[in-house]
Amino acid sequence: MEKNWPLWEIFVRSKNGLEHRHFGSLHAADAEMALENARDVYTRRSEGVSIWVVESKDITASNPENNGELFEPAHDKVYRHPTFYTLPDEIKHM
Amino acid sequence: MSEAQLKNLEEIFEQRIANDEKIEPKDWMPEKYRKTHIRQISQHAHSEIVGMLPEGNWITRAPSLRRKVALLAKVQDEAGHGLYLYSACETLGISREELYEQLHSGKAKYSSIFNYPTVSWADMGAVGWLVDGAAIINQVPLCNTSYGPYARAMIRVCKEESFHQRQGFEIMMKLCNGAPEQKEMAQDALNRWWWPSLMMLGPTDAESVHTEQSMKWKLKRKTNDELRQQFIDQTVPQADILGLTIPDPDLKWNEETGHYDFGEIDWDEFWQVVKGHGPCNKERMNARVGAWEEGTWVRDAAMSYAEKKKVRKISKAV
Repeated sequence: MEKNWPLWEIFVRSKNGLEHRHFGSLHAADAEMALENARDVYTRRSEGVSIWVVESKDITASNPENNGELFEPAHDKVYRHPTFYTLPDEIKHM
Repeated sequence: MSEAQLKNLEEIFEQRIANDEKIEPKDWMPEKYRKTHIRQISQHAHSEIVGMLPEGNWITRAPSLRRKVALLAKVQDEAGHGLYLYSACETLGISREELYEQLHSGKAKYSSIFNYPTVSWADMGAVGWLVDGAAIINQVPLCNTSYGPYARAMIRVCKEESFHQRQGFEIMMKLCNGAPEQKEMAQDALNRWWWPSLMMLGPTDAESVHTEQSMKWKLKRKTNDELRQQFIDQTVPQADILGLTIPDPDLKWNEETGHYDFGEIDWDEFWQVVKGHGPCNKERMNARVGAWEEGTWVRDAAMSYAEKKKVRKISKAV
């Protein structure tokens, strides 16, 4: 038959209070197996308390070639940052 | 793309690496960068996978439960390292199936050290101490390499590798403090693993064809000869602590250079093993290919089951 196992992206929460972070990927027949394999591949030393698996083909990623139009407009919007605004030194708690 | 445009892209790319920026999978990269990385990362992954075989040989015969769980955990780590590296390699646009095919057909290489046999329990000590020791020296600089997924995989690998070397040294220590026969076993293992471990760090700089380009891409931070010298300098005092003799009559501390001088390496042997004529090349490949082929029905069954479950879920929802 020979149908290959799809690729899954693995996200692990290392402890409660922290977000899930991308740890890597692996192949598995289905989501359940991806979870089980992720436990063995990415958390052999108590690296996690929660795992998410997402099939890689379901992720839509931005293209670095478009980074200019996507991210550069933010560069000249310094007024979004608190340091843009000048206040007298006597002002406290601001 | 015109040649001028390509050249411009290449220059920007080289500049990014020179500035210590990381390259990520979807970034533009020169074809040669991609190919070189596929070659090196896959070779590294294959070495982890084949590297399980010489040690797997001793799991059922480990002398105590403590040694058995440690060895089992080490071999499992190697499987894990292989998997981190394969998936890092796949981000460069090659499939897992292609990677396996290259290993199984002999097109891709793996570290020649795993083509030596592990004939006694002391070999588990020597492999951990020397082979993993040399691997660490090779791998630590790679945590900083320019390709993001490879660097991230290497950070994880290096964190786990230190236990491998320490458990090996502990085995050696126990044998060296045991009966004379046990100490002899340890010496015999050192005698057989010393030279192959030095070869593991790769051909001499004069013979190494990829060094210059690899240094530029930070795939390599030190040359093979520098790494080898570092390995020797740190390992000789460890052998002294064990009370073992390194099998090199020319090995001598050089006050002037601050390093050990050492004897001639038998590079003919190295190339023989690389070309497939080592003591266990055939055995290793047969074991690996056999495991893959005999596992086909399991992989197929898992896939059919997954598909069946998916269909059921859909028909339930309707």
